[in-house]
Amino acid sequence: MKLDSLIPAPLRKPAKPGAGNGAVKGPAPADLKTAPPERPSDAQRLGDKAKDAPADVLAWVDQRTAASGFLTGMLYRKVPKGTNWFYTLGSATLIAFVSQAITGVFLAMFYTPSTTQAYASIAHINNDVFLGQLVHGMHKWGSSVMVILVFLHMGRTFFFGAYKYPRELNWVIGVVLLILTMTMAFTGYLLPFDQRSFWASVVGININGTGPVVGPYLSDFLRAGPELGATTLSRFYAIHMLLVPGAIIALIGAHLYLVVKLGTTAPPWLKADKPKAAQPSSQLNAGVEGNGAAPANGASPAS
Amino acid sequence: MSDETDKQNGAEATGRPERLKPNPPGYFEGESMTRRRAFTVAVQGLGGIAGAAIVLPAVGFAVAPIFHRGKERWEAVGPVSDFVEDTYRQVVFTETESIGDAGKTTAYIRRSSKQLGEEPGKYVAVSNRCAHLGCPVRFVEAAGNFICPCHGGVYDFQGKRIGGPPVRPLDQFQTRVRDGQVEVGPRFSVTSQLEPVRARDPGEFTGGVWEYLYPPRPSTFPPPSG
Repeated sequence: MKLDSLIPAPLRKPAKPGAGNGAVKGPAPADLKTAPPERPSDAQRLGDKAKDAPADVLAWVDQRTAASGFLTGMLYRKVPKGTNWFYTLGSATLIAFVSQAITGVFLAMFYTPSTTQAYASIAHINNDVFLGQLVHGMHKWGSSVMVILVFLHMGRTFFFGAYKYPRELNWVIGVVLLILTMTMAFTGYLLPFDQRSFWASVVGININGTGPVVGPYLSDFLRAGPELGATTLSRFYAIHMLLVPGAIIALIGAHLYLVVKLGTTAPPWLKADKPKAAQPSSQLNAGVEGNGAAPANGASPAS
Repeated sequence: MSDETDKQNGAEATGRPERLKPNPPGYFEGESMTRRRAFTVAVQGLGGIAGAAIVLPAVGFAVAPIFHRGKERWEAVGPVSDFVEDTYRQVVFTETESIGDAGKTTAYIRRSSKQLGEEPGKYVAVSNRCAHLGCPVRFVEAAGNFICPCHGGVYDFQGKRIGGPPVRPLDQFQTRVRDGQVEVGPRFSVTSQLEPVRARDPGEFTGGVWEYLYPPRPSTFPPPSG
């Protein structure tokens, strides 16, 4: 395969057990024994060196980090039969978050979190800044897209039974990520500081306040005082761009780690393959893997 | 590394069984903890102190506004002759300073009415903040009611709830007269019988057991007495 030879050796697909030594078919890497007897020209040698350079750099890094084992394990991990488009909802949510993060960073370059200047700075972004309306629009509509994708992803996980053992912890992390996403949506809504965002935040904070005993204090904490004031906006801004994004990034890391570690589930309509050893069919149906939820990386759920 | 391991290592290190074994094993005579254990505890303790030194001030900084009460603010809104008994006059004044228009709020003010059994010579300033979720209500002259545009809350002439989702009457502001000018001051909430209580956020019940379920916040002013 031509493409395989372009992938640096440390990142090549690991060989299947019992399929030879895992050497890639095609032109073998030149070494002393198989090198042609005639000396290559200088131009050829230079070309070969240039071709090897990316692999050499990667090998240099790999020798010092041992990252290739982790990367090949992640990139070439096995997925169950029946994996379909519904399994892309998690990645789609991740892409939506990355889009929010990137556009948010650039919006922060023009935005002023001050009650007297916030509205004008948003108007400046929309009306004067080159592509400002586009970037602001991506961030504004992207937030809705992210919330919708989070719920679709959650629905997929629920209806495919992918929250069951051993993936309960990943469901819990996902719920925290859902809450953090809603926090982002809530705190971001105030930032344009127009009539709509002002009154929506007033209503949202007051809904928080209706919780018995702690509610009134929670409202005061969110507003930084008894009324929506100067520090409320900067408080929301800090929560929106510093506190919650950091927590989301950390939890996405944990979420993805568990996805790779535990593998994904097969769709519930798929039955497990029949084991090679003959067994009575009644035993088969009662088996723990009868729902097709075997982890993809071949490990048993108990591992 | 657990104590258990330390003890085992200590037991092995003594080697010959005929020599006097420390009791418990791994500890020297009279020791209450091993050196390793002592260092572990000390380092963990120091780390905890260092962490607390960073986290506690930051958290205190963030929650301090809950316990802070701003300066009491009074603003003149017009001469006493502007206000009558049978209808409200709308005034706009600053409730929160230094944030421009966002800090302004609206009150509907009238002179107290004998027909409604109110103490004469006072001024009633009803906040336009809906007691449901805080939308701005409007006094509709023809109906004699306050009506909220958001979720359909309706209040009577005195601000008592007569329809919709609000949980209590409209808030009021303290009033006083200085140099012939009516002045409005801090906000307070009222019970369903219009008894003044400390200001609550919209959506929170007042009176009875609700005074404990929605405790008064330190950031608000005491209600006017009487």
